[in-house]
Amino acid sequence: MEEKQIWLGMLVMAATLYMVRALPLTLLKKEIRSTFIRSFLYYVPYVSLSVMTFPAILSATGSLVSAAAGFAAAVVLAWVDGNLFRVSLGACGAVFVTELVMEFLV
Amino acid sequence: MEQIQEDKGKVWFGRGMRDGIPIGMGYFAVSFTLGIAAKKAGFSALQASVMSATMLASAGQFAAIQLITSGAGFVEMVMTQIVVNLRYLLMSSALSQKVRRDKPFFHRFLMAYGVTDEVFGISAAAPGRLHPAYMYGAVTMAAPGWVLGTLCGAVVGMILPARVMSALNVALYGMFMAVVIPPSRKSRIIAGVVVVSMAASAAFSLIPGLRQVPSGFQMMILTVLVAGAAAALFPVKAEEA
Repeated sequence: MEEKQIWLGMLVMAATLYMVRALPLTLLKKEIRSTFIRSFLYYVPYVSLSVMTFPAILSATGSLVSAAAGFAAAVVLAWVDGNLFRVSLGACGAVFVTELVMEFLV
Repeated sequence: MEQIQEDKGKVWFGRGMRDGIPIGMGYFAVSFTLGIAAKKAGFSALQASVMSATMLASAGQFAAIQLITSGAGFVEMVMTQIVVNLRYLLMSSALSQKVRRDKPFFHRFLMAYGVTDEVFGISAAAPGRLHPAYMYGAVTMAAPGWVLGTLCGAVVGMILPARVMSALNVALYGMFMAVVIPPSRKSRIIAGVVVVSMAASAAFSLIPGLRQVPSGFQMMILTVLVAGAAAALFPVKAEEA
């Protein structure tokens, strides 16, 4: 991969991201009235994060089994706890332990 | 006297720093995996760190690495970043209503940099109107954690045992689940939206034809479709959205 391509891509995406963050804050002085747009924006984070996670997470680790364990741990921990840091760490721990056990069994 | 102290920018900055410390610590751990992912994709440690300093966004950077690696065009990059980070439009909109009106306008340009899920969360929860200094304080704790974590991941990540790296690969996904699952517990509609999104995404990855659509566009199409359908079927009341 070319050095220049990485820097260019980063520049384009950082600028885009800043615009997304800055435009409403600087342009929006009135409240959004449309219920549909408000509702759409309300649902966007749930959809985009879910789509990004599944099924990509299943191929993120050394094996499908450990990845599934990590996914299950993340969902369960997020359900009972919800702390960003602990959920994240717990999912990693589940993958680690599963792969350790699998190596022991095989 | 107390009241005057309360209102000072310095005091608000200190409060922001205090509330930003746990965010910075969490960021360090999570961005470590971003550093590893960036390094694996062929980025230098410097590039990975600069990306973290300029973007300050987990999902956005995650997508950025994939896009650059897959040789995506600029249009796909811009569209994907807009879609992946659409939630920041909403957060930025919310902050535009909350920020103090007696502060100079240029603050809004600086505050925009710090609109992340977590910094937005504490800023939105701050009592009364938002003093820009509060957000600056939080960002001075959160952003270095994010950048240092990325740097360490890129430098040290490769010498970690393969099993540890394999485990760390799910850290970001775990964080995403920590964002979408707790509200699903309170709302059946959100739970339904999460399940439908995952099912639709799985379908896209399995069905020939759809499978060939670049991942950035896949997400954009799915987000517009599912969030649009949810908004049409289950409009959110003004005070919730």
